[in-house]
Amino acid sequence: MASSTGDRSQAVRHGLRAKVLTLDGMNPRVRRVEYAVRGPIVQRALELEQELRQVIRANIGDAQAMGQRPITFLRQVLALCVNPDLLSSPNFPDDAKKRAERILQACGGHSLGAYSVSSGIQLIREDVARYIERRDGGIPADPNNVFLSTGASDAIVTVLKLLVAGEGHTRTGVLIPIPQYPLYSATLAELGAVQVDYYLDEERAWALDVAELHRALGQARDHCRPRALCVINPGNPTGQVQTRECIEAVIRFAFEERLFLLADEVYQDNVYAAGSQFHSFKKVLMEMGPPYAGQQELASFHSTSKGYMGECGFRGGYVEVVNMDAAVQQQMLKLMSVRLCPPVPGQALLDLVVSPPAPTDPSFAQFQAEKQAVLAELAAKAKLTEQVFNEAPGISCNPVQGAMYSFPRVQLPPRAVERAQELGLAPDMFFCLRLLEETGICVVPGSGFGQREGTYHFRMTILPPLEKLRLLLEKLSRFHAKFTLEYS
Amino acid sequence: MQRAAALVRRGCGPRTPSSWGRSQSSAAAEASAVLKVRPERSRRERILTLESMNPQVKAVEYAVRGPIVLKAGEIELELQRGIKKPFTEVIRANIGDAQAMGQQPITFLRQVMALCTYPNLLDSPSFPEDAKKRARRILQACGGNSLGSYSASQGVNCIREDVAAYITRRDGGVPADPDNIYLTTGASDGISVRTILKILVSGGGKSRTGVMIPIPQYPLYSAVISELDAIQVNYYLDEENCWALNVNELRRAVQEAKDHCDPKVLCIINPGNPTGQVQSRKCIEDVIHFAWEEKLFLLADEVYQDNVYSPDCRFHSFKKVLYEMGPEYSSNVELASFHSTSKGYMGECGYRGGYMEVINLHPEIKGQLVKLLSVRLCPPVSGQAAMDIVVNPPVAGEESFEQFSREKESVLGNLAKKAKLTEDLFNQVPGIHCNPLQGAMYAFPRIFIPAKAVEAAQAHQMAPDMFYCMKLLEETGICVVPGSGFGQREGTYHFRMTILPPVEKLKTVLQKVKDFHINFLEKYA
Repeated sequence: MASSTGDRSQAVRHGLRAKVLTLDGMNPRVRRVEYAVRGPIVQRALELEQELRQVIRANIGDAQAMGQRPITFLRQVLALCVNPDLLSSPNFPDDAKKRAERILQACGGHSLGAYSVSSGIQLIREDVARYIERRDGGIPADPNNVFLSTGASDAIVTVLKLLVAGEGHTRTGVLIPIPQYPLYSATLAELGAVQVDYYLDEERAWALDVAELHRALGQARDHCRPRALCVINPGNPTGQVQTRECIEAVIRFAFEERLFLLADEVYQDNVYAAGSQFHSFKKVLMEMGPPYAGQQELASFHSTSKGYMGECGFRGGYVEVVNMDAAVQQQMLKLMSVRLCPPVPGQALLDLVVSPPAPTDPSFAQFQAEKQAVLAELAAKAKLTEQVFNEAPGISCNPVQGAMYSFPRVQLPPRAVERAQELGLAPDMFFCLRLLEETGICVVPGSGFGQREGTYHFRMTILPPLEKLRLLLEKLSRFHAKFTLEYS
Repeated sequence: MQRAAALVRRGCGPRTPSSWGRSQSSAAAEASAVLKVRPERSRRERILTLESMNPQVKAVEYAVRGPIVLKAGEIELELQRGIKKPFTEVIRANIGDAQAMGQQPITFLRQVMALCTYPNLLDSPSFPEDAKKRARRILQACGGNSLGSYSASQGVNCIREDVAAYITRRDGGVPADPDNIYLTTGASDGISVRTILKILVSGGGKSRTGVMIPIPQYPLYSAVISELDAIQVNYYLDEENCWALNVNELRRAVQEAKDHCDPKVLCIINPGNPTGQVQSRKCIEDVIHFAWEEKLFLLADEVYQDNVYSPDCRFHSFKKVLYEMGPEYSSNVELASFHSTSKGYMGECGYRGGYMEVINLHPEIKGQLVKLLSVRLCPPVSGQAAMDIVVNPPVAGEESFEQFSREKESVLGNLAKKAKLTEDLFNQVPGIHCNPLQGAMYAFPRIFIPAKAVEAAQAHQMAPDMFYCMKLLEETGICVVPGSGFGQREGTYHFRMTILPPVEKLKTVLQKVKDFHINFLEKYA
């Protein structure tokens, strides 16, 4: 309130009128949106960079920004698609050329520059369906249930949008994990849906406990109509990889409680821990048979941004919907059509991700080598991170079973907590800002993802090159020790 | 059985009289019929149904890819299956997609993009040096020197600088600040999801935000307004006057709107879509003055700024005119202007490149804007790169300049020719009247539909021009979009057809439409 009056008088003083679009007059839901991954800490990092201070951006899951190389085959095919003159160049392998021609044939005007059908190029949707079938041991996938999207984020928002209805006590509630990837909270805020938190169990490597789902749901029914359950597997920021039993239990729960399941599986290629394995929700659902298989509504999401590809900038992704009402599926397509289509280069990239070189293809050897190298390095970095952090007193880090992040818990002395409160900051934000100022390391405070009251965390990526990562982890640990001493 | 019947009824389209819903009823009925065939599986009701879903989403319509286009898809499949029709192919004249209709991409643009995509090519002798220079510059500005990294949510910095420089040049030196530039996933994204309209909509009941849009309009606007549950305020373009924008009509619209909403936004499409008119400078000044008077946020959709054909017309950017009107206006009127890589001479629709320039936005609002953008991380970096080349093309003296200029002039010359051809041919048909296609990519001719045909349409529960367009599609394979999808004055009928097929094909298409129309008139006389 005060600020707008101040604005008005300031405006008048400068001969300017009050604006049409002000903080007070804007969409209140948009005002409530927060997205910590690119939030205030990152803005501060930007300021420091502009002062020519060195900043290590360990805040965002962007592998290539941290030096990971793109997969050669992917970029070759894409370049051929972009500039088909190159099809006559001797410097590209035959299988890359074949792929490019195949993709271009499926494009309007044989060009990446044409709009595609709003659900994505049909050929690519078919390839995605085949990928899903192979991945899931032969369980059929229908290309008509596959919708390409502008990164997974786009499809997640679309599905959530469809689900939001009602008012007051009947307003749609959506269960999300705490800690969560803050796209979910941001989208729910924007849509004016009710966020229903269920806590992952830090004591048990961030396991998902169905009893906790029951607790959350029971309390939510008081004030909203819970209609959807979001699961991130492998988890972000937590990195846990759900067991098969857990997934079955979640599906049973969703079915009993009539919840639409959203399975965010963008890290399905990022599984490191021995003993951990990725089980797709779709596969488990189908193998559970009736009544679940034929009736439980499910949307599963994947992306080109993570895995071994790291092609974040291309914004490639898809959603597979299972057991969705046919008329609603049409509505979803309608909604997608307003934005015309997902970026076609991203669609092309996705095609290569879901149908990589076969063992008999000329590019296979190099492709495999590159892919394995990336994944092996990520696995090593996951282990290293867990190890170094657990050696530091006052920092404890659950095993990084998958994904691309560590989410260690940090002890913060009471005096530091007080100081943070004086400054109007969440204690872990205070810690992270100090870390940034003194070491240049940019990580995201746990408060941006959600955590149990009184606990503090931060999310750091495992993406810097191995030796650099080691140095960073040690630097961070030293900082934490110093910080603890300072505020004892 | 009763339950199955209830499901079928529920499955048959939404209750609101939406053209989308009605033509979907066959698909939904089919789906429900499948359920009926398996009585042993007693299916429980789904969580997400037409009734339980987001009502705002249900209300959304987007004619450009609406029912007629779905029908076109069905017909194409039938043709593929060998079913005989009076034609051998479906001609997609419904959407402004130049490359889908055979227009070639600009060589230089694709060279730079290929170099960025696969930087090994920087060592190849087959690429000109000026293309390599541009590619290096873009890559250096990307995280990890790769198109594969997320960019800043506002877009790659040096590209925003290039856009600002382009705007400054375009506007004869009127300065543009890179900080006011936001790269977007096509212009549509900037207008709707990521931004401006979303941030603007607030209030409830009589104070709900009203958004003024032209009729006829590009149906992104009505779709977004529906989705955001804002109030659509129509102002009619003047068909008698080449679709001119009349400020008196703006006044009429805003006055009436004030009764039931809080008008805050005025959307202008210039050059117009579907109408193709290019606003005169005087008109733009009048509109700006009106926006200033009525305290309206101006949205200027200028994606066709490179598509001006009529020798009497020139593109005047809202930004430039605003600035030249002096500080009372230029310091106060809030403006967002949009551009895209999809149109112009580039036709790079699939890349989803675009930008918006915002003027006089409150700094806190800019903060909100960036925050909102950050949730989706960033626009596709390849689209950003494409935008960069559009705003930073080869200049005289550079190696690629000649070929670039030739290709660009060829595309634009071709479009201008087709614009004239279309206007002339349509005006030769009795019962069709077509305003001059001053710019953009479409014809929006008015068609006379006889009373008997109107009745037949009503019997089919279709808008008369939808009925006409369906018949056109079924009898000739030509897919155009009925005027009802864009809005038009009560009792008038139109369709929007693109001018994008190659010249010879376009002539054939126009001839076929002419023949169809004459037959139609006879049949329903």
